[in-house]
Amino acid sequence: MRYAMAIDTKKCVGCGDCVVACQTENNVPIGYCRDWIVESVAGSYPNVEIELRSERCNHCDNSPCVRCCPTGASHIVEGGIVKVTHNECIGCGACIQSCPYDARYSHPEGYVDKCTFCDHRLAKGQTTACVAVCPTSCLYFGDLEDPNSDVSKALKNRSWKVLAPEAGTKPQLYFLT
Amino acid sequence: MKEELFVSGRNIPNIDPYLNIWHWEIPVYLFLGGLAAGIMFFAGLFLVLGKEKEMETTVKWAPFLVPVALVLGLFALFLDLKHQLYFWRLYTTIRMESPMSWGAWTLMIITPLSFLWAGSYLKEAFPGWKWPMSILDNIEQLVIKYRKHIAWAMMMLAIILGVYTGILLSAFNARPLWNTSILGPLFLVSGMSTGLAAIIWMSKSHYERNILSKIDLALIGVELFLIIHLLMGFLAATEVQIEAANLFLGGDFTVTFWVFLIILGLIVPATLEILELAGYKIPLWIPSLLILIGGFMFRLIMVEAGQITRYLY
Repeated sequence: MRYAMAIDTKKCVGCGDCVVACQTENNVPIGYCRDWIVESVAGSYPNVEIELRSERCNHCDNSPCVRCCPTGASHIVEGGIVKVTHNECIGCGACIQSCPYDARYSHPEGYVDKCTFCDHRLAKGQTTACVAVCPTSCLYFGDLEDPNSDVSKALKNRSWKVLAPEAGTKPQLYFLT
Repeated sequence: MKEELFVSGRNIPNIDPYLNIWHWEIPVYLFLGGLAAGIMFFAGLFLVLGKEKEMETTVKWAPFLVPVALVLGLFALFLDLKHQLYFWRLYTTIRMESPMSWGAWTLMIITPLSFLWAGSYLKEAFPGWKWPMSILDNIEQLVIKYRKHIAWAMMMLAIILGVYTGILLSAFNARPLWNTSILGPLFLVSGMSTGLAAIIWMSKSHYERNILSKIDLALIGVELFLIIHLLMGFLAATEVQIEAANLFLGGDFTVTFWVFLIILGLIVPATLEILELAGYKIPLWIPSLLILIGGFMFRLIMVEAGQITRYLY
């Protein structure tokens, strides 16, 4: 099993619902967020291209944050989800430094926190909070190894890119272009 | 033109607008770790070479600084932790992939060793010294008996510690300024140079200072060579690393890098040491102080500047 997410940059309107849904679902402290939306504007008027990306942890296959963690608090669970065990984390910040996507932050309580692909919801057979709430249905989630999953079907007929592939992290957020 | 901004709002403390999660604590620790490594290496080296008498400060007195430096350095590291009550988790596992893990274990071995080394010279430093417990007398006898073996272990561990201070940073692929394998040897050489500077400052013997100054000059030469190598490597690499090098070549850190590290931290002290060796009367604490400040500034600049550099997408 390999969980992954596809984000349709052509359908996303940047409403921020995924961000609020995540903050509510996961009790993210005020001022922090586990997902966010980037508006990327290229060119100058009248030849402008806008791309909207709902970003979060890439749950990388080759995750530098797991490698550099001195205590093993950062680890990978079934489906390739990168998680942090709070009472093993010493808050050294190494994983924050190691992430090319700045997807991790230091929780006010001290440990490092990040997107979990809502694994507590997955366990109940639900999808992630951000996917469930997206009003344009531009987020697709599922098992990449299952050809009938939402994410596999979304990636099948579209061109896509990943962020900073040159960092060698093998990220698992696919941006449909 | 390309512009990227957060439209959902995002202003996480110490992460946005640019990463700044490591502050003064890390450079302080890297500096003290390098200093301790330098002193330990030369203490071990000159003991093994049988120069205990001629190089008294190097072998006997400067190592008293090492436990102090290591304990202060470890304290700085501890201050840097955000989940401090769980720091012991470092010692419930060994993770070979994580430089920080084996750094923590190296410190776990080298710190007691530095106490043993300094402790074994305590009676020579304070002739009236009496250990409060007889077991400490036995330990002292043991350390004195096996001093040569300990010296070898100390030299090895000092090299690991010195290289580790660089690898701690260079292992982070996400920060292009750090992500160069030359940082390990560079921080080792720089740490040894600061160690020598401290010994030279303490030493009263002309013979000893003369030898150490010559070694220090060689180390400063190697350090300059490695820094040129570092910048050349960046400029010949990918866009993100070219940008990293440009922080020192016209960017925000140009003045601090060239003035505090290259000129005041390396070239001026090297010149003063050469003049002193040539027979001019120059108080050697001046180049020593400059080298120590330069060594600290180097680590401060690298930690601060490195956090700004990142992949672009």
